Amino acid sequence: MSKELTTDTARTPSVPAEPTYTGPRYVPQVDILEDEDSLTVLADLPGVDPKDVDVRFENGLLTIWGRVKPRQPEETAYLLREYGVGDFHRTFEVSEAIDASRITAEYANGVLTLRLPKAEAARPRKIEVKAR
Amino acid sequence: MFGMISAINDRLNQLRQEMDQIFREFAEDGTPFGGPFPALNAWEDDHNFYVEAELPGFRIEDVELHVRGAELTLSGERKPQEKPDVTYHRRERAHGRFHRTLELPVPIEADKVQATLSDGVLTVTLPKAEAARPRKIEVKLLEKK
Repeated sequence: MSKELTTDTARTPSVPAEPTYTGPRYVPQVDILEDEDSLTVLADLPGVDPKDVDVRFENGLLTIWGRVKPRQPEETAYLLREYGVGDFHRTFEVSEAIDASRITAEYANGVLTLRLPKAEAARPRKIEVKAR
Repeated sequence: MFGMISAINDRLNQLRQEMDQIFREFAEDGTPFGGPFPALNAWEDDHNFYVEAELPGFRIEDVELHVRGAELTLSGERKPQEKPDVTYHRRERAHGRFHRTLELPVPIEADKVQATLSDGVLTVTLPKAEAARPRKIEVKLLEKK
């Protein structure tokens, strides 16, 4: 049933939007799922302190930022260094109409869970016709 | 005839070189290309080795550690969360089993190994066996009589 895992941390450096500081940034791996009521985004943000998670939803763009503090001094001599440690950053264009005021975010065990409730569909309206 | 075969050979060689180049670019990036899971960082001080892995979504009970001699084995499983009536638009987060063995340069005191899993980062502290630790040798100068 279960398959053998391989490291697919094909960590693509994210395209920066004019960063004001230098340092590596990585694209977090995500699952995005949709049901009748909402979109759910699960993002792997290992090593991010919950208070350093920054989520924004603006003009249909969902941006996830996870600031990662260096865990080891820069001069550490690694015996093995198979992955880089740096901030996580990723932006999505959300085409669904979302009720931004009801977006919720939770972070546990290095995973961010965002729930984006869909906006109420525009209700059919009866147009009053005034007699003159 | 030979001319054609050698042309095919040339083309194949060229293709192989292009493929090699692609793989090399991934490797030079420091990016493991479908490498073993999890990717590991390791460092040491005089007393301990430290091995770190990113395991988001794992709980400590999902991870097993074994130490034998100088060998550390990490294994575990992240189970897929199957939900009914949902459509997956993206599914990048890995799930499944893993098993990875790491040979450390010197033996470890197995009963003193400690591991923490915090915000999805596993850190294993492995004390070096007493005999393998660097020692500071006091040098005494003896006065000549």
